[in-house]
Amino acid sequence: MKGRVLDDALLRLSASDNVGTTVDDLESGTEIDADGRTVVLVEDVPFGHKVALEPVDSGGEVRKYGEVIGTATQAIEVGEWVHTHNCESTRGRGDRAAARGESA
Amino acid sequence: MGHSFEGYRRSNGRVGVRNHVAVIPTSVAASSVASAVADEAGAWARATPHQLGTSQPDPARRQTERVLVGTGRNPNVGAALVVELGTEDIDAETVADDIATTGKATETLTIRETGGTANALSEGAERLGRLKSEADRARREDADVSELVFGVECGGSDATSGIAANPAVGAACDRLVEAGGTASFSETPEFIGAEHILADRCVSGETRERILERVEAREGMAELMGVDLRGAQPTPGNQEGGLTTIEEKSLGAISKGGTTPIRGIVDYGDELPTNGGLVLMDTPGYDVESVVGKVAGGAQVVTFTTGRGSTTGNPLAPVIKVTGNPKTWDRMSNNIDVNAGTVFDGESIDSVGARVFETLVEVANGRRTEAEHRRLEEFAINEIQPEELTTEVNG
Repeated sequence: MKGRVLDDALLRLSASDNVGTTVDDLESGTEIDADGRTVVLVEDVPFGHKVALEPVDSGGEVRKYGEVIGTATQAIEVGEWVHTHNCESTRGRGDRAAARGESA
Repeated sequence: MGHSFEGYRRSNGRVGVRNHVAVIPTSVAASSVASAVADEAGAWARATPHQLGTSQPDPARRQTERVLVGTGRNPNVGAALVVELGTEDIDAETVADDIATTGKATETLTIRETGGTANALSEGAERLGRLKSEADRARREDADVSELVFGVECGGSDATSGIAANPAVGAACDRLVEAGGTASFSETPEFIGAEHILADRCVSGETRERILERVEAREGMAELMGVDLRGAQPTPGNQEGGLTTIEEKSLGAISKGGTTPIRGIVDYGDELPTNGGLVLMDTPGYDVESVVGKVAGGAQVVTFTTGRGSTTGNPLAPVIKVTGNPKTWDRMSNNIDVNAGTVFDGESIDSVGARVFETLVEVANGRRTEAEHRRLEEFAINEIQPEELTTEVNG
């Protein structure tokens, strides 16, 4: 598959990504050797979900496939599960247009 | 190119991989009769029931008519019966005539004129019998994969879609395009966040502009209505499967078209070219409507990737289902044709792509898909919504 599997646990699709995708259901406390650095999961993360490989500031870019997939809505630490609770889309945001008074 | 199959060559030059007699209702009011007539006749008759009403605003009606005509013109159709109640804005005779320009036999059935449903069913059976005799005159003959139009779709996506199933199907598309055929993917809302990548792959500035314009229009719909796309895209199911944002979903979705240059983008249900390379179609994200758009565009075979599992099929085009999720394969292998979850055990994307391509050739050659075995068929036509019409008027 595209990208590299780190320690049989996390798939990093592109070198510039700051999240990895789990290739199995992983439990809190799992230690993953990510190119010499140890990533410790701070919570359970199900198969196919994302884990932070680097810290991300609130408002910072979340990168997967070598592209920006959203922004962090709060600071994210290494080993945290990255999903809708701490990462959001910047596209198709009619709610923001409505707040600006631009919607029909 | 060494990859041939036996297909039904129609007089307009296109090659069918099946020889169905289509029973096409022009509205919801004729859909039950169309289904009943086809069911009574047997598996060779395939109805395309849908929910659209007898009257629609002009732009919506034109799109519906284009899809009905395209459905009948699909080369998998050997002959077609167009059924109407008789009160529709869309005229069954006109639809039948436009289908007949491909050289195939057509007939119409008007329920009101036959004197109600009982007579319509017996008249319909008689007309279908005549059409079957016409369709049966077609013989399978040698055809080349370069004559295939391969529709590519995804539904019930999860994180494995963009990692395994979609890139594998993309590798199969690359093989088909290399052999001279056409591959087409669609679902414009799922270009959002990945349109810059698509734009960079366009062969012309015109195609590039058109793609960006269509993406902007789909995204603008959300803004126009003051709603947040996040409620619907990614869907709650996609989110459970690990997809967080539409950008992430789109970046995974576009890999199902492969890596070749993008040669054009056509409107929903418009004819897709043969020997066309990779061509996009502007469709909604609703997968059943999107598949129907590509079948109306002439796709003889469709592939459908799913992470979470799907049983979908189409009445006229075989649908090859591919999953990249090993758990979904374990649970639903009787509904899925190709297991791409093997990439998690080390099989290369290219190797899975070769298996998808082989399956495509075998299915074109007559092998039935899991959905065909079980007669799992869905049909729905996208209806242009009033808000879209307003946007169109306002430019």
